[in-house]
Amino acid sequence: MSSEVLLTVLIVLPFLSSLVAGSLPANARNAEVWLAGAVALIGLAITISFYPDVTGGEVVRYEIPWLPSAGLNLIIRMDGFAWIFSMLITGIGFLVVLYARYYMSPKDPVPRFFAFFLAFMGAMLGVVTSGNIIQLVVFWELTSVTSFLLIGYWYHNANARDGARMALTVTAIGGLALLVAMLLVGHVIGSYDLEAVLASGNTLREHPLYTTILILMLLGAFTKSAQFPFQFWLPRAMAAPTPVSAYLHSATMVKAGVFLLVRFWPVMAGTDQWFWIVSSAGLITLVMGAYAAIFQQDLKGLLAYSTISHLGLITTLLGMGTPLAAVAAIFHIVNHATFKASLFMAAGIIDHETGTRDLRRLSGLFKYMPFTGTLAIIASAAMAGVPLLNGFISKEMFFTETAIRNPNMFANLALPIGAIVAGIFSVAYALRFVYGVFFGPQPTDLEKVPHEPPSLMRIPIEVLVLICLIVGIIPGIAIGPYLATAVVAVLGQDTPHYSLSIWHGFNLPLLMSIGALIGGVILYIMLRPYLALGLEGPPLMRRLVGQRIFERILVTISWKWAKTVERWAGTRRLQPQLFLLVLICVVTAWFALRPGFEPVKLQLGGWDPGFVILWMVGIFCAIAAAHQAKYHRLASLILMSGAGLVTCMTFVWFSAPDLAVTQLLVEIVTTVLILLGLRWLPKRFQKGDTDHTALRTKLRRYRDIVLGVFAGGGVAALSYAIMTRTAVPDGISRFFLERAYTEGGGTNVINVMLVDFRGFDTFGEIAVLGVVAITVFALLRRFRPAADSVEKPEQQRIQNAYDDLRPNRQSGDTVNEYLMIPSVIMQWMFPVIIVLSAYIFLRGHDLPGGGFAAGITMSIGFILQYMAGGTRWVEDRLRILPVKWIGTGLLIALATGLGAWVFGYPFLTMAFQYADLAIIGKVPMATALFFDLGVFVLVVGATVLILIALAHQSVRSPKAARSTVLPTHAVEPPPEPALETTAVETPALEIPGGAS
Amino acid sequence: MELILAIGIGVLAGSGVFLLLRPRTFQVIVGLSLISYAVNLFIFSMGRIRLNAAPVLNPAANDPALYTDPVPQALVLTAIVIGFAMTALFLVVLLASRGFTGTDHVDGRER
Repeated sequence: MSSEVLLTVLIVLPFLSSLVAGSLPANARNAEVWLAGAVALIGLAITISFYPDVTGGEVVRYEIPWLPSAGLNLIIRMDGFAWIFSMLITGIGFLVVLYARYYMSPKDPVPRFFAFFLAFMGAMLGVVTSGNIIQLVVFWELTSVTSFLLIGYWYHNANARDGARMALTVTAIGGLALLVAMLLVGHVIGSYDLEAVLASGNTLREHPLYTTILILMLLGAFTKSAQFPFQFWLPRAMAAPTPVSAYLHSATMVKAGVFLLVRFWPVMAGTDQWFWIVSSAGLITLVMGAYAAIFQQDLKGLLAYSTISHLGLITTLLGMGTPLAAVAAIFHIVNHATFKASLFMAAGIIDHETGTRDLRRLSGLFKYMPFTGTLAIIASAAMAGVPLLNGFISKEMFFTETAIRNPNMFANLALPIGAIVAGIFSVAYALRFVYGVFFGPQPTDLEKVPHEPPSLMRIPIEVLVLICLIVGIIPGIAIGPYLATAVVAVLGQDTPHYSLSIWHGFNLPLLMSIGALIGGVILYIMLRPYLALGLEGPPLMRRLVGQRIFERILVTISWKWAKTVERWAGTRRLQPQLFLLVLICVVTAWFALRPGFEPVKLQLGGWDPGFVILWMVGIFCAIAAAHQAKYHRLASLILMSGAGLVTCMTFVWFSAPDLAVTQLLVEIVTTVLILLGLRWLPKRFQKGDTDHTALRTKLRRYRDIVLGVFAGGGVAALSYAIMTRTAVPDGISRFFLERAYTEGGGTNVINVMLVDFRGFDTFGEIAVLGVVAITVFALLRRFRPAADSVEKPEQQRIQNAYDDLRPNRQSGDTVNEYLMIPSVIMQWMFPVIIVLSAYIFLRGHDLPGGGFAAGITMSIGFILQYMAGGTRWVEDRLRILPVKWIGTGLLIALATGLGAWVFGYPFLTMAFQYADLAIIGKVPMATALFFDLGVFVLVVGATVLILIALAHQSVRSPKAARSTVLPTHAVEPPPEPALETTAVETPALEIPGGAS
Repeated sequence: MELILAIGIGVLAGSGVFLLLRPRTFQVIVGLSLISYAVNLFIFSMGRIRLNAAPVLNPAANDPALYTDPVPQALVLTAIVIGFAMTALFLVVLLASRGFTGTDHVDGRER
């Protein structure tokens, strides 16, 4: 297979299998493990297969163009450094999957766990192999999200929820800062391609924005890698299941921060700002983390603070800015991942077998679990930097670097002292871990008798500890070439000479190592009486909890400030909100447009009297509609439609027949829909504004009139100013006019634009229409009319009373006989309207018309049937299943769009041809016609669905509507509304819309 | 002609804004419809108004100057459809809100 395919598989496979993992049954524990294990192993195999391609600074790249014009292409890029990270991610990932098989209880919902786990693996692989820095941020945030989901895996536990939320808040905010940093980098360099960024270190370092970029980038890296002052989220994240802690919060995700620092080390490091910020943050984290680790009572808490401290060590190394320190940093990333993952797994086993992680309750476990004990002791020794283990070598490299004489006073004193103090602390907490858990008196208050775990659960630890040993004893052979590959990929020509042997003679670093070891032992012995007290939290720092500060900030921002803002600017009432919105619009428009407004010369005269009269009517309709809308709804609705008709005729007047047709048809449907709704609104009788409360109402009304005048005047002035200017001669219209026929195959430019040039827009638009129709349907399914609208309308009551009084009439006869003759005509018109709609549909590509107009026409046919026959009559005979029509229409449009892909064109490319049909003649056959068919089918479905849902309300039984227990079957889905249970109680016929 | 249309647009928009700020849901739905007319005409007028220009192409005469500007028209066509969907949705929300709260005041309660 080509490297392109392999790289794609490496990234995509975890995400795809995450979907599969999420859809397996809840008890498919073994299937999940096989799946996740196989994915990790395939990833590992792919990574290994790339080794020959990445040695010696070679890079494998696969670029998938996405938005080349914006410099945004998907680039999967594997170099030596990404390679060694991919090895960690897939290799440790596999071991953690194996471990999780035994760790997770059968009661835990494993599909969720493995789905998130695999998604995280994909995201993390995405971070390390991103060749585009924006893409890197996207994957970076994905790791934050998956980490959130995994920490909160046991969401019934409040600690897990809080820890997850805190981790997400901190790391995602860092991620946003990183995004800004990357955008700035792209702005400075002019490219988001990592290759280009790595090649322009000098440009970046000398740019005035360098410090800003650096701080933003460090915010991202420090939050992710839990560096001071953002270290507090990591101990809280220990509420996650232990496999997650082993994988995300020691081996991989928290390494993303230092990964970023290493990745950008060649271009960002070497400046004073870098040195001061990075090395001091790293040093503080290193010492503080190690100090806090000594005093933890929770096993995983101790490991978490130790992780923070080791990440601080790596950061300090990177901060120093020398190539040798960078080598040590990369080496320590790998070493730390191996020993810390195994320690977490050992802690998980202890928790699993004893039921507690509390160091005060654990002791003397070596007798019960000697194998696990031995493994944990070796791993702890590696953590403490004992010789012959991998931790020793990288730590000694660290001591070497700090001990170098430096003209800088801080570097000369603080670095070596900090290093040795942290070394002493780390020996002390490693001793506490080993001695406290495995030695000492018999454990007394454990829930169960501890014993060794299943041997397969121990295998991952055995493998990792073995690696610690091999790397510690024969580093040159075991890790040398791979480390060199990674180092060369980062440092390139600056790669220094370094030696990986364990013996460099008696020198200062060795003395520092020995001093740290002895000092650590002494410190532990001295601290034992204090530790025996079992106090929570480290002395001196107990009050200074980053977490508390974080929570206080969070409360301030999300509660206090939010409250204040709500009190000042918020309102639960719509009316003032709308007023403010309109006011802001008018005022901003005024300020924005005022400077550009040249005095416009009024063009009087040359008016067509017809047009003047037309708009006099229009203006009257608009103002009268506004005036009548409160007390005379029907009149207002008719006046509003009058304004709509004037609009429609204006379109005709100014040569826009397509708009006129659509406006007219939509006008009809809208009016009918609102008429249907009128029945459910309360009666309102006009009374004089006499009482004193009316004063406020009056004032508000005048205020709104003033605002309305300003808004209207502004719009009028703006449109007049634009209309009287000459148009830009070469606007984009020329493009469409020239190509509509030659490339779109239709003479109706508007229709060609809608179904062809801007097909994607139309696709979105019909999707909106479908969504609206389904929302309307869903809202009305549970519709409960207000109590005073439940009775039959007054008009019907009077009619029925009239019927009742006469012996030869039955109640409801008058309603039945209503519109007798017109209703026959309307029923006869139905086929005619269908033919008309087909005609409008077919001519659409060349003449005004099209799928939308045809669809509305068709639904007007249905409206007429409702008016003629009544709701029940139509519902009994309705052969349209509107929801299916909506779906079918959308699918037809989508299929037409996708069809273009088959022929190698972009989505929604249309083809056209003329076909010679017998009798009919030459017919244009554009694939746009199929697209338009989809539009037509969807519009019919959506409009009919809205209509049915509204009209159906009128046949609902008053009794059913009033009952307190709302029956869900009160409204059946429209396809079979006849199944309504309360049918006998309802009147036989009602005229929709006639009920207001 | 331009002046009349501009005044017409202004009156539609002004009446619409006034209604939008009224307390009753029905007034708001009428106001929104009036505003849609105004906005549609406004967008349409961005292409400059032309009398007796051909809206449909004649393949023989391929001079863009002969035709109306199709871009605003296509935009307005989309706007009409979306306006229709919006009115329908708002109408149903209005009805549902009236059913739930027992009032047709936009704030969901009488003052």
